Amino acid sequence: MSAAAFYDLEGTLVSTNLVHTLGFYAKNQGGILRTIRKSATTLLSIPLFAATDQYSRKVFNDLFFKRYTGESEDRLRFFADELFEDVLKPAVFPGAYELLEKSRSLGFRQVVVTGALDFSVKPLMEHFGITDYVANRLEFVNGIATGRLLPPVLAAATKATWIRQFAERENINLNESFAYTDSMSDLPMLSLVGHPAAVNPDMRLRQTALHHDWPILNLK
Amino acid sequence: MALQLRRKTHESIIYIDRDSAPRIIPSGEDFLLEDLPVGTRVIYPKPPIKGLPNPEAAIRYALNHPHDCDPLFAQLEPGMKVSIALDDISLPLPPMATPDVRQQVLEIVLDMLAGHGVDDVHIIIANSLHRKMTEGEMKRMVGAKIHKEFYPDRYYNHDAEWTEGLKTIGETKHKEPLRINRRCAESDLIIYININLVPMDGGHKSVAVGLCDYESLRAHHEPQTIRDSDSYFDPKASALNHKVVRLGKIVDKELNVFHIETALNNRMYTGQMDFLLKNEDDFTSFDRMKFEAVRFAMSKMPRAAKRKMLHAIPAQYELIACHAGKTESVHDKILERNFAQYAIPVNGQCDILISGVPHISPYNVNSVLNPLLVQVMGLGYIHNMYRGKPLLKKGGVLILQHPCYDDFDHDFHPSYIEFFNRLLPETRDAFTLREKYEREFANNPSYVEMYRRGNAYHGAHPFFMWYWGENGRQHVGRVIVAGAENAHVPEILGWERADNLTEAISMARSYMGRSAEITMLHQPIILTADVE
Repeated sequence: MSAAAFYDLEGTLVSTNLVHTLGFYAKNQGGILRTIRKSATTLLSIPLFAATDQYSRKVFNDLFFKRYTGESEDRLRFFADELFEDVLKPAVFPGAYELLEKSRSLGFRQVVVTGALDFSVKPLMEHFGITDYVANRLEFVNGIATGRLLPPVLAAATKATWIRQFAERENINLNESFAYTDSMSDLPMLSLVGHPAAVNPDMRLRQTALHHDWPILNLK
Repeated sequence: MALQLRRKTHESIIYIDRDSAPRIIPSGEDFLLEDLPVGTRVIYPKPPIKGLPNPEAAIRYALNHPHDCDPLFAQLEPGMKVSIALDDISLPLPPMATPDVRQQVLEIVLDMLAGHGVDDVHIIIANSLHRKMTEGEMKRMVGAKIHKEFYPDRYYNHDAEWTEGLKTIGETKHKEPLRINRRCAESDLIIYININLVPMDGGHKSVAVGLCDYESLRAHHEPQTIRDSDSYFDPKASALNHKVVRLGKIVDKELNVFHIETALNNRMYTGQMDFLLKNEDDFTSFDRMKFEAVRFAMSKMPRAAKRKMLHAIPAQYELIACHAGKTESVHDKILERNFAQYAIPVNGQCDILISGVPHISPYNVNSVLNPLLVQVMGLGYIHNMYRGKPLLKKGGVLILQHPCYDDFDHDFHPSYIEFFNRLLPETRDAFTLREKYEREFANNPSYVEMYRRGNAYHGAHPFFMWYWGENGRQHVGRVIVAGAENAHVPEILGWERADNLTEAISMARSYMGRSAEITMLHQPIILTADVE
């Protein structure tokens, strides 16, 4: 049986979060008025996003991905490379490369489990050399985003479920495996493996990590 | 009458009489006052050797009159590449009052380098697998001026996990590899500035251990080597030292090292805390008042505050010798001065050895003395403070006074926590631990990252700490922790516990007999007991 290292992405390996991606697409709309309107709405929504994220990741997802309603799939995919070059690549934590390299050198499968959108993380996964990753997928009807996510929606417990199924399918020993995340919402994912670690943690996760004697990493 | 005669064996040794005062014994962050059984031998630190009146002149003299090589100035050429390596925060203990002796030496060396047109200079802390020093600690060690000029690009910690930053320079005929800091390995000249607090420091250990990587270190930091060391404080009888010397021969062959070694006296405290170094029978009223004031103040403080306060008290060490030149000749001279300060002739071994365990060890400066480090202090350092025969008879009882709290620093000692809670309950056998788990911890990506980017000890470090107690574990019959505030920590360590020192002594006597010879080390103390 082999082991794996499971990573959350945003806040863990890169300093950006879902709002940065949304902001990038908001300012790359087809038309100046639309760009201004979308950017302003995104900006004004930030406190709401922060509050709902603290309350429930599910509620946050329902609210947040609605902002993509009406976006064309072509446009989102077209700008993904630019998003990577301009936003995601500069945001990779310096220590992330070291952590991935060390973990890979030990023969662990490298797996990213993220609540970000699949088209936005693909170039970054190629950059990291990671082929095992799972991300959220927007629902498109006739090439237009509906603002809903296709199931399974990756957040909190569903990330843990996905990892468990992945481990079964790929014959991964979870007791020997590692998990890294920055957020308290990923506690189920951390609880699943033998070697959990908090990375650049928020206050709540830091307290939990201290309580459980988990390593606390700073990749910044 | 017999007791009267025994009083005169050495100025640092006294025997407890019926009218003797109680003794101060540290217990972590507290100081207790304990009555000892009549006849107990108490060993105090030797009086400090007088510090050199002009340290700067002594350093300059050493640089200009080195042993077995040209003076430093004669080795310098414009444009050459020079690396200066320094001992890390584990030396001296506690950290000394500023200016640190490393700063004093550095200021002179850097002036000399600049005067000879040597600009390509890096200052590297030889922390090996110890934690990296924080910026504040680094600044304190070398002074604001040097820090400002060199930090962070040319003044930094050694990184034993940075593959590109390491270079293999050879292998002994016993297949022990030596891979060290690349910058040092590729320099035209390495200047090593050392502090030799105890006889196990310095010499070839400086470069061959301080600047090496995990694979090089594990060749000699292993249980059998430690078992064969009798003791660490006696370089001639230390298998660990012999192995390090073998590696040092490679260093001498491959690299140009100019070694500057310094010896300090043992003036750990002056002023408010100097009563800790005195014989309680000789206390003045003022000493008693100072002790009671400290004890009262500390009884009102939470443990974390007491710890912070104690770590903030710098040692008042003074320079007693400085030599420079080729490693071995320099080290021999410095060891002479170390032994002059620490060697105490002791008449006979004891059945029961008592020692308080203070708040500090080489591995917890500015943090908590966790259970593994209590073990290192007891079975590692305290047991090994001898030449010839150990202070304690084989199979004797070691009584340590310490609360044994289950408390670890998450930033400095993350791998210790897993080692203590996951591995020790499974086995205490050092060989099994090494074979089964050492590499797993050493390679754990989380621990590697915390060592490299944070201030954590290397993932393998708790193993070395456990091996460090190996010869003590083989020698000591039982360990009793007096004042342990819980049962599980002593149990995991394989020790017994007692509520207080009196109970511990009764337990020890029940094992060793009523007439058991008792000796107490009066902490804080560094000594080399020459047991006759």
